[in-house]
Amino acid sequence: MAVKEAVKDTEAKTAADGGTLIGKRIPKMDAPMKASGKTRYIHDINLPGQLHAKILRSARVHARIKKIDTSKAKALPGVHAVITAADVPNQHPIGVAKDHLPLKTDRVRSLRDEIAAVAADSVEIAEEALKLIEVEYEDLPILSDPRDSLKANAPLIHPEPHGADGTHDHLKQGMPIAYTGKKDNIAMTFDYAQGDMAQGKAESDIIVEDCFSLHYVTHCCMGVSGVIAEFDSSGNLLLYSNTQVPFLHRREFADLLGIDPGRIRIIQPPIGGGFGSKLDIYPFEPIAIYLARITKRPVKLVFSREEEFVASPTRQPVLLRLRSGCKKDGTLTFREVDTIHDNGAYTSWGATTPFVMMQTISSLYRVPHCSYHTKAVYTNNPYAGSFRGYGNLQATFAVEAHMDRMAEAVGMDPLAFRLKNAQEPGEVTPQGMNFKSCGFKDCLTTAAEHGDYERKHRDNATKWNDPNPIKRGVGMASMLHVGGGAKIYQSDGCGTILKIDDFAHVTLITGASEIGQGSETVLSQLVCEELGLPLSAVTVVNNDTDITPWDVGVHASRTTFIAGNSAIGAARKAKSKILGMAAAKFDTTAEALDLRGGFVIDKASGKRLVDLSKMIRSLHFSDKAELVMTTFYYEPPSRHQDREFKGDVSAAYAWASQVIEVEVDTKTGIVKIVKVSAAHDVGRVLNRLGIEGQVEGGIVMGQGYALTEDLMVENGTIRNPNFRDYKLVTAPEIPEMDISFIESMDGEGPQGAKGVGEAPAICVAAAVANAIYNATGVRMTELPFTPERVYRALHGKAAPMTWSDAE
Amino acid sequence: MSAMVDITFKLNGINRKTRVSATMSALDMVRDVLGLTGTKYGCGEGECGACTISVDGITLNSCLMFAADCDGRDVMTIEGLAADRKGEALRDSFVEHGAVQCGFCTPGFVMQAHHVLEKNPDASEAEIQRGIEGNLCRCTGYRKIVDAIAGVAAAAK
Repeated sequence: MAVKEAVKDTEAKTAADGGTLIGKRIPKMDAPMKASGKTRYIHDINLPGQLHAKILRSARVHARIKKIDTSKAKALPGVHAVITAADVPNQHPIGVAKDHLPLKTDRVRSLRDEIAAVAADSVEIAEEALKLIEVEYEDLPILSDPRDSLKANAPLIHPEPHGADGTHDHLKQGMPIAYTGKKDNIAMTFDYAQGDMAQGKAESDIIVEDCFSLHYVTHCCMGVSGVIAEFDSSGNLLLYSNTQVPFLHRREFADLLGIDPGRIRIIQPPIGGGFGSKLDIYPFEPIAIYLARITKRPVKLVFSREEEFVASPTRQPVLLRLRSGCKKDGTLTFREVDTIHDNGAYTSWGATTPFVMMQTISSLYRVPHCSYHTKAVYTNNPYAGSFRGYGNLQATFAVEAHMDRMAEAVGMDPLAFRLKNAQEPGEVTPQGMNFKSCGFKDCLTTAAEHGDYERKHRDNATKWNDPNPIKRGVGMASMLHVGGGAKIYQSDGCGTILKIDDFAHVTLITGASEIGQGSETVLSQLVCEELGLPLSAVTVVNNDTDITPWDVGVHASRTTFIAGNSAIGAARKAKSKILGMAAAKFDTTAEALDLRGGFVIDKASGKRLVDLSKMIRSLHFSDKAELVMTTFYYEPPSRHQDREFKGDVSAAYAWASQVIEVEVDTKTGIVKIVKVSAAHDVGRVLNRLGIEGQVEGGIVMGQGYALTEDLMVENGTIRNPNFRDYKLVTAPEIPEMDISFIESMDGEGPQGAKGVGEAPAICVAAAVANAIYNATGVRMTELPFTPERVYRALHGKAAPMTWSDAE
Repeated sequence: MSAMVDITFKLNGINRKTRVSATMSALDMVRDVLGLTGTKYGCGEGECGACTISVDGITLNSCLMFAADCDGRDVMTIEGLAADRKGEALRDSFVEHGAVQCGFCTPGFVMQAHHVLEKNPDASEAEIQRGIEGNLCRCTGYRKIVDAIAGVAAAAK
C-alpha cells in the first residue's frame, strides 16, 4: 500500500538523517479514511430511536408575530413535538450580546428567525409538518442599510419587548438585550487612539482619503450545519456537535439549560469545514436540545444547503473611510479610520472583529498617530459571525489599497513605500504588540522577487492606453495577524494528556480539535520529535469533552502554536520520566541518554541500550510499578488588552506578502488571476504538505472573496442561497501559486512555528485591487470585482463610493 | 407519502433488491436505505459534486437522480471504488499529495477523478481541471487535488 510505504519512507529517512520529522511532507493521518468514504461526519451518524428535527423560519424580514397555530402540525402522524417560544418558557438568550432567544417570541427581525420547530419520525414528515404551521404577521419597516439604521427616528430593531416596563436597559444593568431591548440600533462600538492626531496631521506633507465598501460572503462549508442531542435517564446531555469551541459551549449550554456543565458531554465528529463558522451558539443547537428534552429521544437536526446559506453566519459587510498622511520621504505620520459594520439583526462574533481590524490599522506599518472608530449597526439582514481572517480581510483590503494610493501620491514605488514603513523584529507598537519575530521585510522582498513586481509594475502602467483590450497588472498586499494565539478569553491555553502504553504506543489526548486543518498530524509530529518515535506510534484523541483536557477552541490560527506547545510539554515530561528511570537502570545520568528510533540510546555513542517498549514495561510491571502518563497545560505569555485596547494579545505574530498578477479584459470586465506569489512568515514549517495546503486553500478562498463570491442581500432577503448563484471558485479557475515560506524561528513557537490558518486568505482582494489599477488605471473600491462592476468602473459608469455618515 | 417501487440493480458489484419511495433520490437511497454514507449531501441541487456516484460507468450527481431510476443499472459508490485497485491508487495519491483537508468533498472528487481517468488515462492538467469542474472544495484550493489525479495518471504510464 503506497500510503503506508510513503509514511514508512518518511520514517526511514527520519531515522537515517538524525531523526527529524519537522519540515517534511507528512500525509494527514485522517486522510486515508476520508478518501475512502469511511469517515463518519455528523450527517452520517444515526442513533437508535432518533427523531429528525426541522425549523420553521420567518416568512417576513421584519414583523410582529401576531399568532402561531401549530395544531394541524401536531396532528400529523409521525410528529412527536412541535415547539414555539411559548413551549419553552425559560429560554436563555444566546449570542455574543445575548440579544436573542433561540425561538422568537413577539417579533422576527430577519428571514432566518426561528419561529417553531418540529421533531418527527423522518425529515420528510418534519418538513410536511412545518407547512401546516400557521403564522400571522404584522409587517414592520425593513432596515437593510446600516446607514439608514443610524438615522434619527429610524425604527428600532430591538425595541423593548412587550410587557416590559418602559425603562429600557439603563435601569436594568446587566440584563440581556433580549429582555430589555435597545434604545438605538448600535450593537457595538470601538474607539481606539494612539499618539497625537493633531501632531500627526501637522507633520504630514501629503494626506490621502479613501472610502471602501465590502460585501457579504459566507463560509460555504461543504458539510452543512448539524447537531444531535440526547439526554440520558439522569438528565445528562450528550451532544454530537460541529462546534469549534467545545469547552466554551459546554458552559453556555449549561447556562442555557440551567444544569451543571459537568453533565454535558460534547462529542465532535469530524467536521466538513469550519473556517470560524462554528465559534458561536446558533439557535438550531438549543432548539435540538429543547426537542430532545421534550421528546426524551435523540434528536438530529441537519440543515439543507439553502438553510445553510440563509441561517449560518456571514463575513460582515463594512464601510470604511481611511485618511492617512506621510512626509515627503514616505514616512507615515498618522492614520484615521472610521468604519460602519452591518451587524445584521443579532450580534455574534462579527461585531467584535474590530479587535483584529485595529491591529492592521495601527500596527501593520509603523504609524505613530492613529485613531479608529467603529460601529456595528443592527439591520434586518443576516447576522455576521467570525470567518477566517476575522475582520482582517476587510481591514487589509482597505489599508493596502490605501497604501498604494499613498505611494502614488508621494511618488514612490509601492514596494519601496511599504519597506520604508514596514515593521521590524523587536518593534513594540504603540498598541502594545511585541514583534519578537518578524519576517515582514523578507516577505515583501521575496514576494516581489518571485512576482517580478517592480519591473512589471513599472511596465504595465505604461500600457493603459495601448489598443490591446487585454491588460496585465501586478499588485501587492501584506498582512499582519495573530500567530501565537489570541488572549480574548480568560485563558488562551490548551491541555494535553499523554499516555504511553506498555507497547510504547502513545495516546495523545489533546483539547484541540481537528477541523480539517491537519492539527492531529502536526501535534503527533511534535510528540514524535520529542520521543524519537515514528508517526505510526501515535493515536490522537481530540473530540470528547469527557476525556480531553480543556482548550479554548479552534480559532485565531492558534492550534499549532498553543496545542503544539502543550503537546511538547507533555512529551518532554514523559521523556524526562523515562530517561530518569533508564538512567537508574543503566547506572548513568538522564542527560547522557536520549530517545531515538524507538530505543533508549546513549547520547554520546548513539548506541541503543534498550527497546523503548521494554523499558516502559519494566517501569509498569516492576515492584515500584508506574504508568507513563503525563499532563501539561500551556498558557502563552501574551496579555489581555486593557480598556483602551492596548496589549500584546498574541505570543507571536504572523506576516505575509502576496504579489498577484491579473489579466483584465477591458471589453468584458472579466478579471483573471494569473499568478499569486506568496511569501509567508510562518516561524518554521512543521509539515510542508499541510502548510502548503493551508496557504493554497486560503489563497483560493481569498480569490473567491475578491472576484466571485457575493451573498446578495436585498431588502433583507438573500437572493442567491445556492451554489449556482453564489459562485465559489472551481478547479479550472485557480491561479499559478508560487509559495515561499519565511522561517523566522519564533522563540516561543513549537519548534519555532507560528500560526498560519487564516493568513493566506487575507491579502488576496487587496492585491487584486492594486493589480487591476496597475493594469487599467482604474481604482476599484467595492468588492467583489465581478465583470459587471469592473466593466462599469472601466467605462465610467460606476458611481464613486461615498461615505454617508449618519451622525 | 408517495408510492413505493421495487428495484433491482447492481451496487458495487453485488446484486441488490430494494424498495424505495418513488420520489426518493439515489443519494438518499444509498445513504439512508443502504447505509453507505461515503456519498455526501452537499447541496441537493447538483451544484457541488459531493454526492457523485457512477451509474453504468458514467458519474453523476446522485441527488438529481431518482432512486427508482437505478433499476437495472450498475451503480458504484465510493465504497465500491475504494475496495478496487484503481480506487486504492487514487486514495493513496490523494493522501500523499495532501489533497484531503476536511475531507467532506473528497469521496466525490475520488469518484469523479476515476471517471476522468477511465475516459482519458493521459488527461493533461487542464483536462483534469476541466474534468473536476463540477466538484466544489472549500479547503484545498484544488491544487493538490489536481496534482493527486495527475499523479495517478503519470503512474499508469
